[in-house]
Amino acid sequence: MSRIQSLFERLHAQGRRALIPFVTAGDPAPDLTVPLMHALVAGGADIIELGVPFSDPMADGPTIQRASERALAAGMSLGGVLECVARFRETNRETPIVLMGYANPIEAMGGGRFVERAGTAGVDGVLVVDYPPEECREFAAALRDAGIDPIFLLAPTSSEQRFSDVAAVGSGYIYYVSLKGVTGAASLDFDEVARRIPQIRARVRMPVGVGFGIRDAESARRVGEIADAVVIGSRIIEEIEHSAPDERIARVTAFLSEIRAALDSIDRGTR
Amino acid sequence: MQMTETHDAVHSAVPDAQGHFGRYGGAFVAETLRPAIEELRVAYEASRADPEFIAEFEYELKHYVGRPSPIYHAKRWSDRLGGARIYLKREDLNHTGAHKVNNCIGQAMLARRMRKPRVIAETGAGQHGVATATVAARYGMECVVYMGSEDVRRQAANVYRMKLLGATVVPVESGSKTLKDALNEAMRDWVTNVHDTFYIIGTVAGPHPYPLMVRDFQSVIGRECLVQMPELTGRQPDAVIACVGGGSNAMGIFHSYVDQPEVRLIGVEAAGEGLASGRHAASLSAGRPGILHGNRTYLLQNEDGQIIETHSISAGLDYPGVGPEHAWLKDTGRAEYVSVTDAEALQAFHDLCRLEGIIPALESAHALAYAARIAPTLSSDRILLVNLSGRGDKDIHTVAEKSGIQF
Repeated sequence: MSRIQSLFERLHAQGRRALIPFVTAGDPAPDLTVPLMHALVAGGADIIELGVPFSDPMADGPTIQRASERALAAGMSLGGVLECVARFRETNRETPIVLMGYANPIEAMGGGRFVERAGTAGVDGVLVVDYPPEECREFAAALRDAGIDPIFLLAPTSSEQRFSDVAAVGSGYIYYVSLKGVTGAASLDFDEVARRIPQIRARVRMPVGVGFGIRDAESARRVGEIADAVVIGSRIIEEIEHSAPDERIARVTAFLSEIRAALDSIDRGTR
Repeated sequence: MQMTETHDAVHSAVPDAQGHFGRYGGAFVAETLRPAIEELRVAYEASRADPEFIAEFEYELKHYVGRPSPIYHAKRWSDRLGGARIYLKREDLNHTGAHKVNNCIGQAMLARRMRKPRVIAETGAGQHGVATATVAARYGMECVVYMGSEDVRRQAANVYRMKLLGATVVPVESGSKTLKDALNEAMRDWVTNVHDTFYIIGTVAGPHPYPLMVRDFQSVIGRECLVQMPELTGRQPDAVIACVGGGSNAMGIFHSYVDQPEVRLIGVEAAGEGLASGRHAASLSAGRPGILHGNRTYLLQNEDGQIIETHSISAGLDYPGVGPEHAWLKDTGRAEYVSVTDAEALQAFHDLCRLEGIIPALESAHALAYAARIAPTLSSDRILLVNLSGRGDKDIHTVAEKSGIQF
């Protein structure tokens, strides 16, 4: 059983929700990434989604695009991201790490070489935004063989067929994109999420994390009442953007702790 | 549509049902975009087989665009060069002055069938934006055009043209502020507004079904040539030459000739300041396969797979990718891909102005420049057919600037 799967089993037994913060590796500076990852854990992260910067992040909104641009300008690369993971693993063996990014840097490294290096570095899951299940069967199989969960997105508009496709190729958890549009967009339809999550859980038989549009403790709590995990990304990057350099770590930790507290306040009988 | 079914064997085999041209193409899109392209694929499959749709498209091409466009023997220029005879397919004489409008009409008709009252587009130099704004006005649709803020500054006249036609032009400030960033932004709009919005992509790239659909709409160019060349010269040309940025005018003229192996197909990319300078836009000549904008194709990228900035004097060729069918035609060897520098393209631009009284688009000038390079090496019984994909009025500021002239 993968580190991600056992984490969800443990949380499930405790009646808790997973908190999954997202940061872009290398933003705003490569040497801040590993300390930031440890700070996320200190703030209550169960899994860390680490963004691999890409020059053309089509599925992301302006906030994550800016983070990507800063990271690339600071010299971050896919190889650099894997080095961050390896350094993080020197002192943390428990917290699962999921790389999230676009296909082309992986293609440039070579799928096989990437899987091998990711395994060695201690990566637990990989979500490639522009690899739909039918275009990456081999890649997903290679990931699973290396003990890494291939993680896929589902959207409010995803078809029943899509649920089956993802169930067949994916593992770990489902990242449910809770609204139409790109990351960091405005509003979240809780009723829609509440209606869809049970359907997905029943069909896909994986824990469901919800992301896109979660901005504060209240929206995190409401999503946590229905989902297995809450993903929060753009809002953390904004926190980093708006902090003085020496306050970044503290402010991110404080912000995440609020979200953690909100999730832990959920009545354990709710689900 | 029917047009493609008249061609057999090799070429009708691509793309497959998932949009693959060999290992290229496909639909590498985020799940959020999936339903949008799925809806489009289903609607287009139905329309391309519908005689009513085809008849309407042909009517529009004839009466609104002014097709068929003529083929013209550039005799004085050919004589000056010495060697092969050069013929020009005059897409510059279309309404709006380029081949772009063929595709825009097709997609706008499809948008109407799909009951999407709003169309969006990305544009580099503004030609596709103008063509989209034109057909949006023609069909009474809301139109939003995304354009890199750098391009908005460089192409003020086209921005105003789009506004005259009733379109909203949105300057894009992200990334390099050019075409690829405009494309990213248009995709984002589409993901968010897919319920009422149709995304009119201007070239044979993007996720399936765009490369197929745009080829279908543009293939009228080559179909006309198949008829016109024998009328004019008694036979088909020895080579067909077209410039390649994304590659829609090239696919449009190549498609009818792909299954005629005796006709050479030559795509001409923008070598900018020279391939060795690194400042160019020649994805097929100098790039590597990768995934961008929903398809697998040749890309200009760095070691880490980041897309790099491109350069060409011609904004329409200034794109780091290329349509997946061109990638396939390159690998199979059916088409040759070469490149031409800014300086060579400018020379051809001036020559055509002076010797034929035709101001060509700088994009098309790349194809002309390659014809000029090889014509003198061929005997006078050889025939070269060049796709003159657009007129160059839009480029006179760029050319004047290169000559040190300020208006």
